[in-house]
Amino acid sequence: MNLTLKIWRQSDANDKGKMVDYKVTEISEHMSFLEMMDVLNEQLINKGEEPVAFDHDCREGICGMCSMFINGEAHGPDRGVTTCQLHMRMFKDGDTITIEPFRAKAFPVIKDLVVDRSSFDRIQQAGGYISVNTSGNTQDANGTLISKHAADEAMDAATCIGCGACVASCKNASAMLFVGAKVSQYALLPQGQIEAVDRVKNMVAQMDLEGFGNCTNTGACEIECPKGISLENIARMNREYLSANVKG
Amino acid sequence: MSVLDSKVPKGPLKTKWTDYKNHIDLVNPANKRNIDVIVVGTGLAGGSAAATLAELGYNVKTFCYQDSPRRAHSIAAQGGINAAKNYQGDGDSIYRLFYDTVKGGDYRSREANVYRLAEVSGNIIDQCVAQGVPFARDYGGLLDNRSFGGVLVSRTFYAKGQTGQQLLLGAYSAMNRQIARGKITPFNRHEMLDVVKVNGKARGIIARNLVTGEIERHSAHAVVIASGGYGNVYFLSTNAMGSNVTASWKIHKKGAFFANPCYTQIHPTCIPRSGDYQSKLTLMSESLRNDGRIWVPKNMEDVMAIREGKKKPTDLSEDERDYYLERRYPAFGNLVPRDVASRAAKERCDAGYGVNATGEAVYLDFASSIQRYGIEQAKIHNIENASKEKIYELGAAIVKAKYGNLFQMYEKIVDQDPYKTPMMIYPAVHYTMGGVWVDYNLMTTIPGCYAIGEANFSDHGANRLGASALMQGLADGYFVLPYTIGDYLSHDIRTGKIPTDTPEFDAAEKEVTDRIEFFINNKGEHSVDYYHKKLGKIMWDKCGMSRNAEGLKTAIDEISALRKDFWKNVNVPGTTTEYNEQLAKAGRVADFLELGELFAKDALVREESAGGHFREEHQTKDGEAKRLKEFQFVSAWEYKGEPKDAVLHKEELVYENIEVKERSYK
Amino acid sequence: MSGFFKSSIGRKYAMALSAFFLMFFLLQHFAINILSVFSPNAFNEASHFMGTFWAVQYLLQPVLIFGVIYHFVMGFILEIKNRNARAVNYAKNNGSANSSWMSRNMIYSGLAILAFLVLHFIDFWLPEINTKYIQGDMSGLLGDGEGFRYYEELTHKFVNPIRVAAYVLAFVFLSLHLMHGFSSAFQSAGVTSMRKKKLQTFGKVYGIIIPLGFIFIALFHHFNH
Repeated sequence: MNLTLKIWRQSDANDKGKMVDYKVTEISEHMSFLEMMDVLNEQLINKGEEPVAFDHDCREGICGMCSMFINGEAHGPDRGVTTCQLHMRMFKDGDTITIEPFRAKAFPVIKDLVVDRSSFDRIQQAGGYISVNTSGNTQDANGTLISKHAADEAMDAATCIGCGACVASCKNASAMLFVGAKVSQYALLPQGQIEAVDRVKNMVAQMDLEGFGNCTNTGACEIECPKGISLENIARMNREYLSANVKG
Repeated sequence: MSVLDSKVPKGPLKTKWTDYKNHIDLVNPANKRNIDVIVVGTGLAGGSAAATLAELGYNVKTFCYQDSPRRAHSIAAQGGINAAKNYQGDGDSIYRLFYDTVKGGDYRSREANVYRLAEVSGNIIDQCVAQGVPFARDYGGLLDNRSFGGVLVSRTFYAKGQTGQQLLLGAYSAMNRQIARGKITPFNRHEMLDVVKVNGKARGIIARNLVTGEIERHSAHAVVIASGGYGNVYFLSTNAMGSNVTASWKIHKKGAFFANPCYTQIHPTCIPRSGDYQSKLTLMSESLRNDGRIWVPKNMEDVMAIREGKKKPTDLSEDERDYYLERRYPAFGNLVPRDVASRAAKERCDAGYGVNATGEAVYLDFASSIQRYGIEQAKIHNIENASKEKIYELGAAIVKAKYGNLFQMYEKIVDQDPYKTPMMIYPAVHYTMGGVWVDYNLMTTIPGCYAIGEANFSDHGANRLGASALMQGLADGYFVLPYTIGDYLSHDIRTGKIPTDTPEFDAAEKEVTDRIEFFINNKGEHSVDYYHKKLGKIMWDKCGMSRNAEGLKTAIDEISALRKDFWKNVNVPGTTTEYNEQLAKAGRVADFLELGELFAKDALVREESAGGHFREEHQTKDGEAKRLKEFQFVSAWEYKGEPKDAVLHKEELVYENIEVKERSYK
Repeated sequence: MSGFFKSSIGRKYAMALSAFFLMFFLLQHFAINILSVFSPNAFNEASHFMGTFWAVQYLLQPVLIFGVIYHFVMGFILEIKNRNARAVNYAKNNGSANSSWMSRNMIYSGLAILAFLVLHFIDFWLPEINTKYIQGDMSGLLGDGEGFRYYEELTHKFVNPIRVAAYVLAFVFLSLHLMHGFSSAFQSAGVTSMRKKKLQTFGKVYGIIIPLGFIFIALFHHFNH
């Protein structure tokens, strides 16, 4: 199929940037979206033009590196997939596809479609861990029983790949699904209880500091999340946050 | 050929590691503050090592090319992690895990290292649970286990199909804690481009900031390479797009020996290539072979009809199908080990029986299982004279419960419903057992330079068993390196900060800058990917699942010629001072072009078949791998300029606690 | 708790709490108004009670005024902060693919309600305050002293079709605001036990029934007098 691509081009963080039109031809419907981008880039390189910069790595939907906003949706129109798992059969011959970077003040553009998501790292550094040193002398793994239900729910929260689709999709560029998922994983496990109060307070404080917006419960994040992280995690974080503040 | 010293401590296997730990030198806490360590790569091995070293008190700098340590490709591991916990009471033990791993590696790994790995495996699970890794649990609240290929016990711990992700996020969280404490300084979107040696010791690295293009000098008292495997030398593999050999290769060129490059694991069940544009292959878990039957059509006419779309696989009767694994290996059938299953698929496709347009695909068919489960379920539910549809429905539900997420993934990629039509699969490069040679301390032949995880060669021999890569990465990072590195660093407590304004750093930086400038100024006619794809094709065709002397010799010549052409005609757009993915890729491909040749040379020299390395000249009458006693050694290559001039050093492998046997799956 | 109400989550709690109060107020307002359809007397009695009982006048009324103002002011502050969280807007944003129109446009439905409240205050609240606290007439009786004035005043307001149309339109916006706001307030407050389907359904029912009831009252009086 033949397609018209409208792609955001921005040479670096200080450049103003603009949308540029490109044509690609003979795209197979079996290609992944990123392979279609590879074709475009090969074409640009051979013409002596600058290829389009975009983040990608594992190309199997787990590393969370790819981050495009395609036709008005994070990771494009398919559900439960990252951009690397989006296939061209979702599009028709002659389509025009708009491709933009994930946009948020806390995700500044580095180049073209590449954005800086280190704000996510800093939120995790504020408390997204359990303070346990490596010693080989922690208690036996079966020393604390954890109900299957709690373990499964913690796992569901922990499947977050940190791609930032929640932020990109949210009309407020809020990171609460991301933070809620991490807070929930530890809140659901006994190991997480000891530091629960400080964890949620510090992570939320860092989230606010980074300049993410507020959650207004539109639910867009949950729909666009490639891993189906539930909005429930935000409610749980809100409870944790209230109780942490009451406890002091 | 000299003989290498593996520094394996004396004494009985069972107490080697404990005795050794009791006697090595330590660095006191006050002195650790004055010692810097660089860790390159932040996957399971690098991430866990960085966190642990920082906990101990060392100043750690980490480097990764991704935008966050959390994205390292360890994240893609699906199945699980082995540990000799014997929670299931099924007779597992440290010895049994050790034995399975050595045997699975086709008796080409170092006994003492593997035993240590098995010994610390239990601690890994304890540590990860304490970190909040949500492993699967049973209804009583205890940890659950599953079983994996090649073993007789259930010792694999898992977190859904995302065990690697959860373990990596655990290590990443431990890193984050140390970053918050200021003990780790992370350098993300940075790539190590050379190691700096001062007086023969590794004392720092030259790195490039991938966002600004800036070349940076970083000094340290020790350098740890944890940058993973080199599967991307094949262009197409299940590795991440950015996975590369550069860090390992740079230290190789500065004196670290490279061991067994020809040991590559080709995983039998991956989604086949669909066209030339393909950038990456996707793995389908090994567990599918429990219920799927592998076949190709018996008759060439049917193959052609299927390729042309005139026939569907479901049109073929049982008589018209060749279940070649069941035919060749009646005892193990579809459950033969990875290397055997992969070679058998290649043999059929080479004979022209491949079932897709590229001729490189075989069927993995669940119809029999669906039927079998359906009948079982009908009995369980007391449904008499169940209709064909009802049986199918009941059976499909069971298959869905077991493999639902994999089936969905397959359908997303291929756009075919695997419940209705057989899956198409083909082997793909997955893991590299070979890597930088290390001694018992995990130190390379450069003093002060260590290699851990997939980047080293030590634990898997010629073939890796499922669920043991995660185990090795974390064992190295959490429990081995943090001890052994102390022995070396204890001699550095008076050294003080290593300055970076020295001639050694100047020279290394100049080398790096010259090369980058060359790429940008070359203005050749072919893109980097053009060369990478060509290299991949040579590697796949001649150094793939089966190899022969003639092919390997041709490969050496072809790679060498390709490399020459690359340095003449490569075209890298953009500038050196910006985010430039093509430039980063050019450097990686340049290194692959050298490694590829050494790979072929290693495969040529190894005149035997072992694990993932299959030499057509060395097979039994039935076409099985033939291992030879005289090749019971590790090939460690010393760099001498061109790959063809590399010098072979041998480390003899001695098995005192295990009897070396033949593998048979008939 | 220091800093709680300055944090993003603390502010959401505050929005939710004020919303709960307003939704409760709306419910009782509706309950009293609907009496006017069935029984002018009952409506008069209830209105007089609400208009003169000290706890309603001096406790609940200030809380209500504070709640309304807080909800609006904080709504604006959050809206500004949220807009700032995305410096450059998307060229193409397909919001309808993942969220409802109501959820994305709370600020506009809110503004429409604010405009309506101004009209509503001029219509009812200011005259009421004038009669009671400036002129000092706490009797609640008509000018001629024949019975309560509340029903008369109510029906009188719904004579003008333009005003009735404005009311109807405002209630449509109120409905849109509530359709998202009801379940959203619960979600913000961390209440999830009956979240999702049940809570959302209940919220939608509330968000339709109450405004529809108000519309019915307005039209009823318009066409019956």
